[in-house]
Amino acid sequence: MSKSNFTRRGVLKTGAVAGAGVALPTIFTAQSASASGYTNEPTGSNVTLGFNVPQTGPYADEGNDELLAQQLAVEHLNGMGDGGCLNTFTSKALKGNGILGKKVDFVTGDTQTKSDAARASAKTMIEKDGAIMINGGSSSGVAVAVQGLCQEAGVIFMAGLTHSNDTTGKDRKANGFRHFFNAYMSAAALAPVLAKELGADRRAYHLTADYTWGWTQEESIVASTEAMGWETVNAVKTPLASTDFSSYIAPVLNSGADVLVLNHYGGNMVNSLTNAVQFGLLDKLVNGKDFKIVVPLYSELMAAGAGENIKGVLGSMNYNWQLDNEGSRAFVKSFGEKYGKPPSNSAQTCYAQVLLYADACERAGTFNPCGVVEALEGFEFDGLGNGSTLYRAEDHQCFKDVLVVRGAQNPTNQYDTLEIVEVTPAAQVTYPPNHPMFGGDEASLGECNKGA
Amino acid sequence: MDAILLQILNGLDKGSAYALIALGLTLIFGTLGVVNFAHGALFMLGAFCAVTLSKLLQLSFVTIDATKKDFLGNPLKVETPYVEAWFGPEIGASIIDWAVPLSILLAIPVMIAVGLIMERGLIKHFYKREHADQILVTFGLAIVLQEVIKYYFGANPIQTPPPDALTGVANLGAWFGFDLPYPIWRIVYFSFAALVIFGVFAFLQFTTFGMVVRAGMADRETVGLLGINIDRRFTIMFAIAAAVAGLAGVMYAPINPPNYHMGMDFLVLSFVVVVVGGMGSLPGAVAAGFLLGILESFASTTWATTTIPGINQIIIYVVAIIVLLTRPRGLMGRKGVMED
Repeated sequence: MSKSNFTRRGVLKTGAVAGAGVALPTIFTAQSASASGYTNEPTGSNVTLGFNVPQTGPYADEGNDELLAQQLAVEHLNGMGDGGCLNTFTSKALKGNGILGKKVDFVTGDTQTKSDAARASAKTMIEKDGAIMINGGSSSGVAVAVQGLCQEAGVIFMAGLTHSNDTTGKDRKANGFRHFFNAYMSAAALAPVLAKELGADRRAYHLTADYTWGWTQEESIVASTEAMGWETVNAVKTPLASTDFSSYIAPVLNSGADVLVLNHYGGNMVNSLTNAVQFGLLDKLVNGKDFKIVVPLYSELMAAGAGENIKGVLGSMNYNWQLDNEGSRAFVKSFGEKYGKPPSNSAQTCYAQVLLYADACERAGTFNPCGVVEALEGFEFDGLGNGSTLYRAEDHQCFKDVLVVRGAQNPTNQYDTLEIVEVTPAAQVTYPPNHPMFGGDEASLGECNKGA
Repeated sequence: MDAILLQILNGLDKGSAYALIALGLTLIFGTLGVVNFAHGALFMLGAFCAVTLSKLLQLSFVTIDATKKDFLGNPLKVETPYVEAWFGPEIGASIIDWAVPLSILLAIPVMIAVGLIMERGLIKHFYKREHADQILVTFGLAIVLQEVIKYYFGANPIQTPPPDALTGVANLGAWFGFDLPYPIWRIVYFSFAALVIFGVFAFLQFTTFGMVVRAGMADRETVGLLGINIDRRFTIMFAIAAAVAGLAGVMYAPINPPNYHMGMDFLVLSFVVVVVGGMGSLPGAVAAGFLLGILESFASTTWATTTIPGINQIIIYVVAIIVLLTRPRGLMGRKGVMED
């Protein structure tokens, strides 16, 4: 027989003590917050940045590359290493003595490329580690979720690799900023090159990953290719969890299409492209033309995964290490000498985002998110690798040149997998902030939130 | 017509992988009574045997070519595989080219060893425990194996192409006067799977060892009373099942580039295959593997997905529900299995 020591009175007493204990820290933080005015105001000699990237799961390699770039950025901010893009950045506010004289520390979180896990890790970094901003990530689903959280918490979110129109479209937030390009820009840059290389009379078949990014990319590419005379034969949604695409590829053979557009990313893209090549699509002659495959969003890591299969396949990128400008050379040298490989385009975006945030704090003279927002809005800069860039005030989207790239025919080394076909000028990929694909007139940033 | 044949071929192909994995699962369940959730990870390990061998064959020494520059502007380091240096460039290159078929020779001993270690080291301690415990421990093992592979090979898929002679497309319809292009390697995969399945059945049917195992599956106690060490034979069957999953993985590597979580993608479906085929029935597992592969393939056609949206993602489970409602023991299930 078991004997219980619990009495009603005892339980009540313990409950009251425990309740007070739980409430106590909130009382203190509430007081300190109201005194300071914004979430996680740095009080000591250090300031903490939060790097939220996929460290496990299928995008772990991508996340690891982002992390390397962010660590490099912190080094440069603290005056270590060769300074990288601090030497080429047109804004000269950063001096290599941290941010506003405070040494930069960082904490990392694992998004696992899952929205709920990413929100949880961002929340921990904000509430427990006192992170003043959240940077990075490699999925639009995750970016939209974390951006919402940062808006509520009153910290700045600097998005990493997110390509869906929604991130700075219908889901845009005042505390969120995107340096990476988006699906609309890919389509606007690709369409003229496709018309020039493949002709204006083509029949396209789309395979599309069934989530926010896939939908907006398909919508963008269909609109821009149809505008130049292409016909869309079919657009099939494929489940994100698909691994073998052969049953989706087989119908392409009999559809009368002569171009296959793969709105896939990561493992999806590697597998669908491999399957398409296996089925001999690239050797076929349809409607009297060579069959072609287009992968609108490329990354170096995917290109490496797809191996031989990407030869000659067209796509677009936010940045490529072969880009020859002062900022790009400085970044590639710094990253390459430290890590022994060239940076990926998601690494470059995350590096640039850390520097842009730090610079905005310096120029604003405060870490207050609303001051940072003001400093970043309408900010024009150069020297971070992409050429002349504008952070547009209306939707917090960066506008800069977009690269159209092609899988290299004869790579000379393992990093030389992609070649730049064209650098599309920013003007050609610019759209009005109330564009229907970006939420129309209803889309709004809302008010900046300083939290606390 | 050719579109239908193409989807049947696709289905046979995917069905081969399901059938091989399900065959191993059923063998393990039928002999040892263990529900092995690490079986998908064994499939993945097989694929990584192919990756490992092709990486080993490409191990290179570095020479500096001062006439070319790398991405930092330093002299380019040129890598030459040892195999090419030892056997001459041509023979060396063709050895590297045939890495995947050669991996079969590596995978069989490796997978048998992995199977033996798994069974003796971990799973034998769970025979007397509940199925839930067995599922938890094997699922945990699967996660450990995945993470080990990720640690060494990264999270990205790794291209493991088939030999040049077996890439490309064969027009199967040419003999019958219509157009039916199909990748050669997928035909190889299907034929290979058929061979392995035939081999396992022949082994069980025509050897004394196989006969004892079949007797043990039917009545373990009686076989034990006859003085036969049935446990040892069952351990060997576990290793064989591991090897079958591994072989399925090796040959699958060129179809989709292997990554560390590919096993999980196949595991759940393979269990459905076992249940539909009938727990403990080897022919049932094979037949259900091919059947579900073909059904899944047809459900992914544009016609099917526009008629019933999402059918491609649920078809297998719908079939499983129907089969379990109408034939609770599965298509070829025997009485008394998992019914105590």
